[in-house]
Amino acid sequence: MALLSIKNLIAGVAGKEILRELNLEIEAGKIVAIMGPNGSGKSTLANVLAGHPKYEQTSGEAKLGTKNLFDLKPEERAAHGLFLAFQYPKEIPGVNLVSFLRAAYNALNKARDPQFQPVPLYNFKKLVQEKMDLVGLPRAFMNRNVNEGFSGGEKKKCEILQLALLEPELAILDETDSGLDIDALKMVCETVRAIKKPHQTIVMITHYERMLSLLKPDEVHVLMNGKIVKSGGPELAGILENQGYEAFREKSSLKVLA
Amino acid sequence: MAALDYIQDLNRSVFDTANQQDYTKNVVKGLSEALIRRISKEKNEPEWMLAHRLKGLEQWNAMTMPTFGVDLSVIDFEDIIYYAAPKEMAGYSTKWEDVPDDIKKTFERLGIPEAERKVLAGTGAQYDSLNAYHKLKEEWEKLGVLFEDLDVALQKYPDLVKKYFMKCVPLHDHKFAALHAAVWSGGTFLYVPKGVKITAPLQAYFRMNAKSMGQFEHTLIILEEESEAQYIEGCSAPKYGSTSLHAGCVEVFVKKDAKFRYSSVENWSQDTYNLNTKRAFVEENATMEWVGGNLGSGRTMLYPCSVLMGRGAHADHLGIAFANANQIQDTGARVIHAAPDTTSSVLSKSISKNGGINVYRGLLQINKGAKGSKSKVRCDSLILDKTSKSLTFPTMRVNEDDVSIGHEASTGRINEEQLFYLQSRGLSEEAALGMIVNGFIEPIVRELPLEYAVEMNRLIEMEMEGSIG
Repeated sequence: MALLSIKNLIAGVAGKEILRELNLEIEAGKIVAIMGPNGSGKSTLANVLAGHPKYEQTSGEAKLGTKNLFDLKPEERAAHGLFLAFQYPKEIPGVNLVSFLRAAYNALNKARDPQFQPVPLYNFKKLVQEKMDLVGLPRAFMNRNVNEGFSGGEKKKCEILQLALLEPELAILDETDSGLDIDALKMVCETVRAIKKPHQTIVMITHYERMLSLLKPDEVHVLMNGKIVKSGGPELAGILENQGYEAFREKSSLKVLA
Repeated sequence: MAALDYIQDLNRSVFDTANQQDYTKNVVKGLSEALIRRISKEKNEPEWMLAHRLKGLEQWNAMTMPTFGVDLSVIDFEDIIYYAAPKEMAGYSTKWEDVPDDIKKTFERLGIPEAERKVLAGTGAQYDSLNAYHKLKEEWEKLGVLFEDLDVALQKYPDLVKKYFMKCVPLHDHKFAALHAAVWSGGTFLYVPKGVKITAPLQAYFRMNAKSMGQFEHTLIILEEESEAQYIEGCSAPKYGSTSLHAGCVEVFVKKDAKFRYSSVENWSQDTYNLNTKRAFVEENATMEWVGGNLGSGRTMLYPCSVLMGRGAHADHLGIAFANANQIQDTGARVIHAAPDTTSSVLSKSISKNGGINVYRGLLQINKGAKGSKSKVRCDSLILDKTSKSLTFPTMRVNEDDVSIGHEASTGRINEEQLFYLQSRGLSEEAALGMIVNGFIEPIVRELPLEYAVEMNRLIEMEMEGSIG
């Protein structure tokens, strides 16, 4: 059974329909890339799955395991193993990173296991330090306010830190490449591959073809005009690099004509 | 259920039931010359204090109500108990065992030790607390520091009290200052001699509770030259007065090169009109810092004031106001620059929820001749829902050209994106909201001593309960 199963999803923002009967199945343990040009619906897909209040699902379903995501609040989706690495991580003034991480860690673990006992602060800090070293975020960031004054790269590393700490079943990385130079991007991709446990699933949403050679996905899906128009293996990377999205645009318009 | 509901329940269950008869038998409602004379006589006060009280009564009768702020016309001043002697109060207090369980839980959640909880619940004398207090007192006494109940100080150091009492806030200042002069009872007297620096904050937890009817308490603080101290009044759990009027007075004299910080967390029960007056005279190169949190109280009018009287004097005002359902918090900082090269900084943060109203009513005055003065005022308000309000009235009177003034104000609602970000990490909407609000007030809370900062955060969390749906 697929870990994530999206059927005939119609969704949009501010009354505008963006996803048009999107279908997608992703199996557990995979690294998956969803590629699409600007305006194809990539961020809508990420946000509607995570439960952003501005994005509306009109019809269709999205199941994570046996749970229909649209029946759940954002925090319940997180408890069921969904994680969204934000394209633009939010700043939370006055809240230091370690208290935020601890609140999230305790809330998620408590929701997943009622027997869970909060980890003492000292031990928790140790755990966070370990993960910070892993993602290459200086330990001093622990006492800084969440994302406040972080550079673009630091924000993205901080998202990966949360991914490492919160151990979701399914992590959606929304345009993690945006705002990163190639070296930073390389490091983020390597970190993601390194921290990924066999059962965990990574879905990278991007328009940037070079991501494919860095992340080495098992599957590639091409999203255009609110639909998945092509699914395949890493071989799609070659087509994208040589011909760009035009190769698929042709097909999708032909499909419409037919 | 909001914490304040527990408090109101306590109010009713403790004060409206079995003890009520004993209580009302000996105390009188309303204000009269006879009552004033009785207070002064029972306290065995010097003649000048009685004269001062009577003058206060005269002014109270002569003066008109403030023409700004909250509506005070609904207060029935004849129905208020202005004074009750401690021996009468003995029958009025309750046993700790009689305090309802939910109240005890509230105290537990606040993290207040049991000894303190008993005191805060008005359950009478606490020998443990008294001992602890006396032990600290000895250390200060060696340095010549005087820290007493003001009633006691008036007996022990009458000249010192007379020299400063209501010289900073004169009784004709406003109608409630006059009322205060007439009926004041209890409070704190703190005198720090020249050059003495007290590092640990002096606390008024135990002191206040010696007089559980201290609705008109007077705090008189004198810092001699080059001295330093911090003082904190924690009304971090509500008091349970049957009177609904609190007109206290805080006077601070900060002499040349001295430094003083006054912190308070006021969380009166919701049926209270909190009309407190706080003012400091700050002399040459001296520093005065006000750190305050206002929660509770149905109606508050409170404007801590610093008068910068000597060259180079400095004042910092940090304030948090939380207005929940049926509350109006009319607060603000007042700073008067009356000497050259004086500096001030004001940071005010308010949170409005469930129809609560926050009003920032500040005053920044720069007198002619106060050349080179600098002031920075910042007011941030956070409005949690559509029914709540926040208003800002920053008055500025600048009578000197060679000055630098900055004023910034922001009003915001909870940012949906921040909320979603936190929820997507597993926090409930309520917890996420609480985290954002705590972050909002953090620049002020971090200035409080640790245990008060913890209490302040918990109080805010309790106020935030039931925020969702």
